[in-house]
Amino acid sequence: MAEEKYITASCSLSKGIVRKNEEVLFKNEAVSAADFLMSVYKRFGIDYPKFYKMDNLSKLGFLATEILLNGNFDRNNYTANEVGIVFANANASLDADLNYWQSVKNIPSPALFVYTLPNIVIGEICIRNGFKGENAFFVQEEFDISFTEFYVNDLMGRHNLSACICGWADIIGQEYKSVLYLVEKIKRDSSHLFITKNIQNIYELANG
Amino acid sequence: MHTLKEQIIRQLNLKDLKPEDIGDDQPLFVEGLGLDSIDALELIVLLQQEYQIKLASAEEGQSVFRSVRTMAQYITEHQPTKA
Repeated sequence: MAEEKYITASCSLSKGIVRKNEEVLFKNEAVSAADFLMSVYKRFGIDYPKFYKMDNLSKLGFLATEILLNGNFDRNNYTANEVGIVFANANASLDADLNYWQSVKNIPSPALFVYTLPNIVIGEICIRNGFKGENAFFVQEEFDISFTEFYVNDLMGRHNLSACICGWADIIGQEYKSVLYLVEKIKRDSSHLFITKNIQNIYELANG
Repeated sequence: MHTLKEQIIRQLNLKDLKPEDIGDDQPLFVEGLGLDSIDALELIVLLQQEYQIKLASAEEGQSVFRSVRTMAQYITEHQPTKA
């Protein structure tokens, strides 16, 4: 029988609201996507100068991961190779691609070019946290919960992963949504079984 | 050099910094401002955009981008004269 896995924390950033473990932590609804992300960075006291250079997709995934892991993740439990990341979205890096395309009309910006792949957000999170485990970024029309459940179960069952940060991180223009959750093999207080229904609940809650 | 520092801050998105935070002779890379290889490319773009200067070679960048003062000296020596 497959070993059971648990969702031990969740975090979402969507429509000007930050939620963690189903609780609203912060609201700033009447601002642009960029201003919202900056306000979250400041509100949660994050100090990481490279944040300013990131594209909006990286900022979105980075902030959601910072809030997700804060207080809910003991990195001493894992080696660098045991922590993986599996993300998905619908618009890949199109938001950054369009910014880069604008810069090409003048002199192409190397700093914008380096963000013209969706999996760069995973790289930013790995650099910040020192994670070196398996990772993947899938592009899907809609969040394919059963696929993610299968893929992460497979990674954690057959490979070296003991923890995985999973979910959806998507932004295009002013539309943004990040719904992340931490999957571990250790059951904790208020954790939920890592099954489709519970992932669906987290995702739907982020819709407001 | 104040204007050059403002341009560097804007080009590299160093939003936590003010021009007065950057010393004229402070190293820009590694132990100084901690800039990386992408930032070096952005500084090359800055020279082209703001001063119409193209570096002759990548090796040249190591000495030109040592500090704000070395950048300013290079700009003064290489800026095309306006008609």
